[in-house]
Amino acid sequence: MKHIKTLNKVNLKKSIIKGGCGECQASCQSACKTSCTVANQKCEK
Amino acid sequence: MIHKYKLNGYNIVLDVNSGAVHVIDDVAYDILDLVDESLGETISQNKLVKLKEKYEEDDINTAYNELYSLYKDEQLFSSDNYEEYAKMMTNAPIKSMCLNVAHDCNLRCEYCFAAKGDFGTGRELMSLDTGKNAIDFLIQNSGTRHNLELDFFGGEPLMNFDVVKEIVKYARSIEKQYNKNFRFTITTNGLLLDDDKINFINEEMSNVVLSLDGRKEINDKLRVTPNGKGCYNAIVENYKKLISKRGNKDYYVRGTFTKHNLDFTKDILHMYELGFKQLSIEPVVSDPNLEYSIREEDLERVFQEYETLANEIISRKKKGDCFNFFHFMIDLDQGPCAIKRLRGCSCGNEYVAVTPNGDIFPCHQFVGNSNFKMGNINNSNIDHKIKKTFSNANIYSKESCKNCWAKFFCSGGCNANNFQFEGNILKPHRIACELEKKRLECAIMVKAATL
Ligand code: SF4
Ligand code: SF4
Ligand code: SF4
Repeated sequence: MKHIKTLNKVNLKKSIIKGGCGECQASCQSACKTSCTVANQKCEK
Repeated sequence: MIHKYKLNGYNIVLDVNSGAVHVIDDVAYDILDLVDESLGETISQNKLVKLKEKYEEDDINTAYNELYSLYKDEQLFSSDNYEEYAKMMTNAPIKSMCLNVAHDCNLRCEYCFAAKGDFGTGRELMSLDTGKNAIDFLIQNSGTRHNLELDFFGGEPLMNFDVVKEIVKYARSIEKQYNKNFRFTITTNGLLLDDDKINFINEEMSNVVLSLDGRKEINDKLRVTPNGKGCYNAIVENYKKLISKRGNKDYYVRGTFTKHNLDFTKDILHMYELGFKQLSIEPVVSDPNLEYSIREEDLERVFQEYETLANEIISRKKKGDCFNFFHFMIDLDQGPCAIKRLRGCSCGNEYVAVTPNGDIFPCHQFVGNSNFKMGNINNSNIDHKIKKTFSNANIYSKESCKNCWAKFFCSGGCNANNFQFEGNILKPHRIACELEKKRLECAIMVKAATL
C-alpha cells in the first residue's frame, strides 16, 4: 500500500475463540503496583 | 470505532475492535475526517470535491481504495460484538492473591495509600498459620486453574520475611500434589535487603518490584524514615546487588511521580544510569487537596513529559541502547485475549487481598474498608455477593468505557480508584483516564517509530 502502513495483523475477535482460560497473570492497573495496561501482558496459550 | 491522532510526525489510526494499528499519510487521514463507519465502494462526489482543494484526485482515489480494502478486511471500522462475552468469567475461580504479610513499614512515605503502612488499622504481622491457610484457600478456590499467583505485599513484606520464606516452602511442598504452579512476587522498599533475602528472592520470586522515585533529592523528599531521613543511600546499593545476581528474571524498579517532579523523564534516566533497565514511574494517586497531587491543571504538563520520555526511548532504541518503560510496553500482535481485556485486573473475582489477620478484600486498595470485607481466610467462607458485584465490572458495564477508544488496552481502569474518587467502582476517574490514554498514544507511536 502506498498511503497506509499497517503495524500489526491482528484480529482481537479471533482471540475470543480460544480465550478466557484465565491462566495468565492478574494485571493490577493501579499506580500502587507495577502493571498498568493489560496490553503488555503475555498470553499463556 | 476508530481512534486517530497525530503525534511526533506520525498519523496513527487504531481500529478499536480489531486492535489493528495503521500509520497513514495526510490524504488518508483527511479522508477519515469525512467518512462515517460504513464505507461505500467509492468516495462520494462532494467529499472528493472537498479533498481536491488540497490533494490530487488520483491520490485521493488510491488512498480511499486502500482504506476501503482495510474496511473489507475488518481492519477498519470493524464491528463491536464483544458485549455478549462480557458475562463470561463472572464467578471465575480465584487464582491470584495479594498477601499483606506486614501491616507495618520502616518508611513513612508521604503519599502511601496504605496510611504509612498499617492501612489505618494498627501495625500487625501475619502469622505463619494464617499464611498457610491463605495458600490452602487459594488452592481450594482456584478450580482448574494451574498457575496461581501470590504477591507478598505490605506494608513492607521484608519485615516479616521468615514467614514469607515458610509460606513459600509450604506452597512448594504441596503444589504438585494439587497440580498447581505457584508464581511468587514481592514488592519492597529495599531497606532490609541483605544477602540472604536477595538470594531467596532471586531464587523463588518470578518478579520483584523495587521502589525508588528516581533522583536522590526527589526520592528523599517523600520516601523517608520515621525520623524524616531520606532512604536513597540505603537502598540503591541493595538494588544493584539484587539485580546483578538476578540473571534473566523479571524485576522492576518503580517510582511514583508527584507534582514535585513533573520532569520525571530525568528520574527515569537517572535510574537507568544507575544500571537499572526495567523501569516504571507512575502518577501518585492522592487526594487532590494535597500539595503534591496531580490535578486536572497538571495534565498538559504530564502529557508533554510522556512525549519527552517517548522521544528519549525512540532515540535510544535506534542506538541500540535501551531500557523498558513499563507503561509504554504494549504488544500489538499477541497481547491478551479479548476476554481478559474485558475486565482487566478482575479484582474481587479472580484476585483478592488478604490482611495479616486473614481478612479478605477485593484487592489491596480496598483493605481496611469494612464495607468490602469478603470474609476471613481462617474460616474460608467468602461473601459471594461482593464477588458477584466485582465480577460484573467490565468495560461494557462501565458506561464511559463502552464508547472509549482505549477500552481494550485499559480494560476499564482501576475499580479502587473509581470508588475512591467517584464513589462507584463502575465510574472511571477522569484524570486516570486521560493519563492512560496519553500513555497509550505514546506507546503506539513508539512502536510506529521503531518498527
Ligand atoms: S482495583 Fe485497582 S488497585 Fe485493585 S487490583 Fe484492580 S487495578 Fe489494582
Ligand atoms: S492466558 Fe491468554 S487466552 Fe488465557 S485468559 Fe490469559 S490472555 Fe486469555
Ligand atoms: S480510559 Fe477510562 S473510560 Fe477509557 S476504558 Fe479506561 S477507564 Fe474506561
